[in-house]
Amino acid sequence: MTDTAQRSTTKADLLHYIKGNIRDYALLLSLLAIMIFFQLFTNGTLFKPVNMTNLILQNSYIVIMALGMLLIIVAGHIDLSVGSVSGFIGAVAAVMMVTWKMDPLLTAVACVALGAFIGGAQGYFVAYYRIPAFIVTLAGMLVFKGLALTVLGGASIGPFPQEFQLLSSGYVPDIFGGSDFNMLAVVIGVAVTGLIIYLNYRERQNQQAHGLAEEPSLIFYGRNSLIAAGFLGFTYLMASYKGLPNVLIVMFALIALFVFVTTRSTFGRRIYAMGGNEKAAKLSGVNTERLTFAIFAIMGALAALAGLIFAARLNVATPKAGAGFELEVIAACFIGGAATMGGVGKIVGAVIGAFIIGVMNNGMSIMGIGIDWQQVIKGAVLMLAVFLDVYNKNKA
Amino acid sequence: MQPILEMRGITKTFPGVKALTDVNLSIMPAEIHAVVGENGAGKSTLMKVLSGVYPHDTYEGQIFFDGTERKFTGIPDSENTGIIIIHQELALVPLLSIAENIFLGHETGQYGVINWFEAFKRTKELLAKVGLKENPATLIGNIGTGKQQLVEIAKALNKSVKLLILDEPTSSLNETDSNALLELLKEFKAQGISSILITHKLNEVMKVADRITVIRDGKTIDTMETATGKVDEDRIIKAMVGRELTDRYPPRKAQIGEPVFEVNNWNVYHPTQSGRQMIKNASFHVKRGEVIGIAGLMGAGRTELAMSIFGRAYGQKISGEVKLHGKVIDVSTIPKAMDAGIAYATEDRKTFGLVLIDHIKHNVTLANLEGVSKHGVVDDLHELQVATKYRKELAINCSGVFQTTVNLSGGNQQKVVLAKWLFSDPEVLILDEPTRGIDVGAKYEIYGIINRLAEQGKSVVVISSEMPELLGISDRIYVMNEGRFVAEMPAKEATQEKIMRAIMKSWES
Repeated sequence: MTDTAQRSTTKADLLHYIKGNIRDYALLLSLLAIMIFFQLFTNGTLFKPVNMTNLILQNSYIVIMALGMLLIIVAGHIDLSVGSVSGFIGAVAAVMMVTWKMDPLLTAVACVALGAFIGGAQGYFVAYYRIPAFIVTLAGMLVFKGLALTVLGGASIGPFPQEFQLLSSGYVPDIFGGSDFNMLAVVIGVAVTGLIIYLNYRERQNQQAHGLAEEPSLIFYGRNSLIAAGFLGFTYLMASYKGLPNVLIVMFALIALFVFVTTRSTFGRRIYAMGGNEKAAKLSGVNTERLTFAIFAIMGALAALAGLIFAARLNVATPKAGAGFELEVIAACFIGGAATMGGVGKIVGAVIGAFIIGVMNNGMSIMGIGIDWQQVIKGAVLMLAVFLDVYNKNKA
Repeated sequence: MQPILEMRGITKTFPGVKALTDVNLSIMPAEIHAVVGENGAGKSTLMKVLSGVYPHDTYEGQIFFDGTERKFTGIPDSENTGIIIIHQELALVPLLSIAENIFLGHETGQYGVINWFEAFKRTKELLAKVGLKENPATLIGNIGTGKQQLVEIAKALNKSVKLLILDEPTSSLNETDSNALLELLKEFKAQGISSILITHKLNEVMKVADRITVIRDGKTIDTMETATGKVDEDRIIKAMVGRELTDRYPPRKAQIGEPVFEVNNWNVYHPTQSGRQMIKNASFHVKRGEVIGIAGLMGAGRTELAMSIFGRAYGQKISGEVKLHGKVIDVSTIPKAMDAGIAYATEDRKTFGLVLIDHIKHNVTLANLEGVSKHGVVDDLHELQVATKYRKELAINCSGVFQTTVNLSGGNQQKVVLAKWLFSDPEVLILDEPTRGIDVGAKYEIYGIINRLAEQGKSVVVISSEMPELLGISDRIYVMNEGRFVAEMPAKEATQEKIMRAIMKSWES
């Protein structure tokens, strides 16, 4: 690969590269475009610190569930039960903490374990009895919607103990004691930005050492500048309101973990192989049944965590909690570029997809667009995103 | 007398392959005509041309039927003129009744309302013609394969047939059913219906056929008349396999050592039809540094044998023992078989071998991810080195190890599959049709890889339908037919005729 140096300079190659990787950049640019659009049409409300913080809080549970859903979709399955499961877990948590006065931490741990068990139970039927996930989780959706009603006795239960509410409404205390400006947020924001840029840079150095750097340097530096600007801008917004919400930390930690798992671990690699060609994976010694079982269990645990966050945010468990979440979560994954046939999809894509939906929800609400038209528009965006994907693939 | 069917100068080309070259075939009225040839000789392609599966503008040549030139554009077209083909894989719906199947697509009735009375009456008449005593309301799934075959023929009779084509009709029938079917063909002949019988079973051919056409490598080699008395099985076999050994094989200097891998008394039943035994008491062994070949016709049970040994990936009620270095090993799951040191490269690399949407690097390490990872974390650089190493060693022709495997040629895809199994470092490699559908140059390279493996002391089992290939690369050849091992011979003494005869003999006994 001696032509790397020349390649990065010519304009034709630059275009060629962008064409070949249009999906990745288009997604990020779409999010950017949608944000700018709403910034203009909400008279600058979207990027106000308080609204940004709200946006994170409103979307955290969708993002968290999208992480698990991406694994499931990559594996070639689907999980329709996540909304109901998260609502059910919220209800169970309310009964444990409010009615039985149990310790919030213990409750949270027990609830996540219960979620994993529920997901695992559904995964068991999918993996070992080969019942289509669509059917199994459709059944699960009905069962847990009903159980949530039963557990709550048809009424809402709340409020939650103070410590539990902190999960959603709390902020990481500013140990640096900034007054108007949260110094801790700045420090963490700069550190995380630096780390991401450093990791990207190191990877590129590694690629170059082996003559594998395909991304033209112009795009590499442009992309990283954009990422840095985005993160630092976001940090500034967070710091000028109340600092970093606890949920944000949880969310980022999980995103980092799932990016690592999908890109670096043997576990993640096998999921992609299974989704790409289950028979070939099986004949290559991959225990596809156990793998399927595991990803459904993970999905259950994440749905449970999302249910806790949502309950803590509303400070009450209602029988209707979680209704329709599954649709937003699944839409996030597909907008983010996951393939309906399995085998293709990225965590970062799903996260961006979730934020595209989140920004649209938020922006359209501020603009005063009714819930009716919001749904129409969101549906159209999902259709458009998948259509463009398929259209591009057919053309290639 | 005018022939009822005449195919003149049929040439059919697929991208890169000439499947049929100037094939001529003529069928007389009230004749049973056998078409014989090796796997892949072009028999099925010829029948697809005749029945309109390949429309008339996709091939060269002319078809005359019933005195006029025909240009079929599809199966309904040829069926309307009275040509009915019955495929080896029966086209019946198991959950519908006999009557429903017979009238499927041609339902009796008016305005879309079925006249069941009429349908059942007609079905009874048709079943009587083919000698099948079953209630027309019986579900197809509840009757045996032999009877299903008869239902197919009854269905053909319902469409006023003039020429009946049967593709391997007796391949899944027992002796009695086969004989009944052949008798039926004779009866049809008496009624003036011609038949084309495509089969491997020469004893059947000798029994019923008036004339025999031999096809080899897409060309008509010979048409013989059985009545002249000059035709015997030997002459047919010679014509079938007379392919010259033009393919070259790289020499091997392997040291053959002690027996490494043994399979004893292996029995396997069909995965869904539990009464059907697919592998019958099979035993074989491979020595260190040895390449053995397993020869046989399509459907002989070779792939089933290999897959059932490889972690029970096929079949049920499996019994028998597998030994490695004299010790019985557990091959009950694929990971266990792999841990024991067995690798199996599948026949169909696109469906079973590769993750086509992923690139070479990921495919190469899939069967041995532990080899490039620590504590469940993949070491990207190590993986890259491994993939690059195999790319060089096996001369995989690609733009880089990040090229998606779907874009590779067949030969290079096969090399990626081989690389995957080489990296898992097995002692025994089972290669199922390792050169199917790849060009001559790539074949030669794959033979070279097989030789190198043997030289490194591995034991290699090659399953192939190409006999010259088996003769060229193996040290020892086993012949399989109908789930049994029917012959074993050193490759030096083996010839194509010998292998064919072993197969034919196993049918007669």
